[in-house]
Amino acid sequence: MSTAPAEVRESDTDEVTDVDRPWKVIVWNDPINLMTYVTFVLQKLFGYSKEKATKLMLDVHHKGKAVVASGSRESCEFDVYRLHEHGLWATMEQDT
Amino acid sequence: MAAFLRRIRRVSDGSYRVRLPAQEREFLEQLSPQLRELLNDPSADGDPALGRLFPPAYSKEEDASRNAEYGRLMRDDLREHHLAALAVLEETAKATRLDEEQLSAWMGALNVLRLVLGTRLDVTEEMFESDIADDDPRAPALALYGYLSMLQAEVIDALSGGG
Repeated sequence: MSTAPAEVRESDTDEVTDVDRPWKVIVWNDPINLMTYVTFVLQKLFGYSKEKATKLMLDVHHKGKAVVASGSRESCEFDVYRLHEHGLWATMEQDT
Repeated sequence: MAAFLRRIRRVSDGSYRVRLPAQEREFLEQLSPQLRELLNDPSADGDPALGRLFPPAYSKEEDASRNAEYGRLMRDDLREHHLAALAVLEETAKATRLDEEQLSAWMGALNVLRLVLGTRLDVTEEMFESDIADDDPRAPALALYGYLSMLQAEVIDALSGGG
């Protein structure tokens, strides 16, 4: 599975560990959301091409999950919220 | 499917033409108030179907306090977002033309309805591979779920530029 390289921003916070270890946004498989819907939402929210969004959707469908974005905690939380607005089962966690 | 058979179709001015029977429109109009009642019912907070609309943001145990904060800060916004989509569906259920924003709201409202109904019915990916028996007590609700799924697929198709 190919994911976008993690963006590690220079941070002005003192949470050094957050800077060192980027967060990732994961979409989990669920039996309700339509496959075309998941693809549509990934294109709309992240500006991915149809091909990239379809590949991520198929990863979600077949492997149970896919990393759809990564970055700072703040940006990931914003992405998770937007995915929740669209009813996708999305969570975030820090790289270990 | 040939373009002339599409019930929801983007037309030259950028809006969407919606051709649905009056019966379907009346039905769609009635769905939003029922879900709105559930979303606004404080005693329904433990309802798993409602829980599906407000998932946790953090997957790891160590982030439990961040999850609680996310829920505290975002739950109302999320509920407002869902309610707004349901309101658009209700207000425009009888419209023959929708702009992109309105049709996107239909897509969102249909998804919220499907998430709640699908969670109630405990649907699985395999469930629809075989026919549901007519005497299955879930048959009416599954038929509704199937209808909402079909309509949502038509909306997504139109918004994706199909045609």
